Amino acid sequence: MQQIRLGGIDYAILIIYFVFVLGIGWALRRVIRSSEDFFLSGRSIPAWIAGLAFISANLGAQEVIGMAASGAKYGIMTSHFYWVGAMPAMVFVGLFMMPFYYGSRARSVPEYLKLRFDEKTRALNAITFAVMTIFSSGISMYALAKLFELVLGWSFHGSIVLSAVIVLVYIFLGGLTSAIYNEVLQFFLIVLGFLPLVLLGLKDVGGWSGLTAKLATVATNAGFEPGAWSHSWKYMDSPSHNPMGMEWFGLVMGLGFALSFGYWCTDFLVVQRAMAAGSMTAARRTPLIAAVPKMLMPALVILPGMLAIGLHAARGGFLPIGSDGQPNYNLAIPMMLGHYLPSGLLGLGLTALMASFMSGMAGNVTAFNSVWTYDIYQTHIRPGQTDSHYLRVGHAATVFGILASVVAAYSATRFNNILDMLQLVFSFVNGPLFATFLLGMFWRRTTSHGAFYGLLTGTITAALHYGLTLPRGSVPGIKGGFLGAVLHVYPSEMALNFWTALFAWTGCFVATLLISLCTRRTKTDDELRGLVHSLTPRIQEGHMPWYKRPVTLAVGILVASIVLNVIFW
Amino acid sequence: MRLDVRFPIGGMFTVFGMILTVYGIVSDPAIYAKSLGINVNLWWGLVLLVFGLVMLGLAIHAHRKSKSSVTNSTSTP
Repeated sequence: MQQIRLGGIDYAILIIYFVFVLGIGWALRRVIRSSEDFFLSGRSIPAWIAGLAFISANLGAQEVIGMAASGAKYGIMTSHFYWVGAMPAMVFVGLFMMPFYYGSRARSVPEYLKLRFDEKTRALNAITFAVMTIFSSGISMYALAKLFELVLGWSFHGSIVLSAVIVLVYIFLGGLTSAIYNEVLQFFLIVLGFLPLVLLGLKDVGGWSGLTAKLATVATNAGFEPGAWSHSWKYMDSPSHNPMGMEWFGLVMGLGFALSFGYWCTDFLVVQRAMAAGSMTAARRTPLIAAVPKMLMPALVILPGMLAIGLHAARGGFLPIGSDGQPNYNLAIPMMLGHYLPSGLLGLGLTALMASFMSGMAGNVTAFNSVWTYDIYQTHIRPGQTDSHYLRVGHAATVFGILASVVAAYSATRFNNILDMLQLVFSFVNGPLFATFLLGMFWRRTTSHGAFYGLLTGTITAALHYGLTLPRGSVPGIKGGFLGAVLHVYPSEMALNFWTALFAWTGCFVATLLISLCTRRTKTDDELRGLVHSLTPRIQEGHMPWYKRPVTLAVGILVASIVLNVIFW
Repeated sequence: MRLDVRFPIGGMFTVFGMILTVYGIVSDPAIYAKSLGINVNLWWGLVLLVFGLVMLGLAIHAHRKSKSSVTNSTSTP
């Protein structure tokens, strides 16, 4: 594979970006006076900034590289992650859940669980979340360093140290505010850095019609109908008709409901951005504002993958072939950058790639230091200290978080399977979480024993389901079926993941419901005020003009995503 | 006084825009064979420049407004 050669101007752009990123941290160092400033930006961020940070924190390495890879592998169906998955979940968290997250003044998602249920439910969530963020941040770092080693010939160690030090410095100086400001900067950089690539690629293949013609070759070569890569719903009637191996019910329930709501509504990494907003209205608008650019993201992250595979089929050799004989889908974006962009814009594109890795890493680290300081250290290790003590702990946690991520990144180079396994375990723990929140927020009878044991039941259900089924063409092990007997074979890994999430959710929902009915309530109605829907005064928005109300924005987003689904049907 | 995030965003893209525009003018046209014969550095550089200046303009406008409202409120008894 030919490596991309960078010119002086490309390095200049990268260095200017670093200067601005560090400069933001430096300029913000004075605003950090209390732990609330450091962990929650003093709850003063305007909605549009929080909204852009909300999607930027999620626009990390796995998202940009992974979605382009899926775009190449599955075509436009990948957009279901956005128009079926993210949109409804983001609207739901903004309209219905933010009143309790923000209104309860909880400083983190685990802390909400403490207020609503008890200490053990919080501890379970806090510990798994803290470990998971470290590993995600490490995996992000590993992916960046591997990619730059392969594509640019940079030293693996050099990339790790460089990205770790820069993220460390800007979070250490400016806390969450610095991370959020940088995420907004990174958001614009990612959009403006990748857009020329998409425009040039589209022009080269002859627009959307030219692309569909090329994708028809891809589809027929793989044994599908010609439109399988360019229609999102048309071939969803049976798993055998589309490359994802999904039918519509499993997709809507597994991805659209269980997985997406679980992520967007309960993951502290994104919810933290909304909690930092300046007012209840701003907090509710944060995910809604984020949904608008999120809806258009497929054009930026999925389309390059589709263009790459289309060009690969039409001209051959566009993507390098991996050891398994398949094209290396993960290289879709870097290959497109190298193919279309001359020195100058190439630097901008690579800087955008760097920015996406950093925003993902910084998101994880800021979420980690809050959960560590508030939910683990202040609760279990040293309660009742002064605020400046916890601020120091937060600084130390940032350093520790980054160092631990570096360790995780290096362990990924040596024990690849261990990381896969950890991610799997986390998916078992996270899968059921949305059921706990749904019942907790909307049914006051939900008890803390119900929540805790319900969560455990959901996790065990997920592990059992995964252990007893297998995707087609895999051997029992990390991909499933590790419990000895294989009861069902799914057409693809993705189908197995969607169904596992759905099983986890159902297991948790049913168990929480039943256990709650059999156990005594530990919190009185008075204690649950502001935490549960029926016991919280409705938010009055009558004084606002209709176009400013969150509901209006929410309806607009849902209508727009239906329109997008119909256009690419 | 809190930093307005539009200052660094506007500043960075203005610098990027200027660099790319100038590079687009002085660079060897042969390098644009890659980008379908279009001088993307020049054109995209101008786009970034406009974006950066608009961001800076908005930030300066907001800064002035907040300053004048502060002086107004202190001058009124």
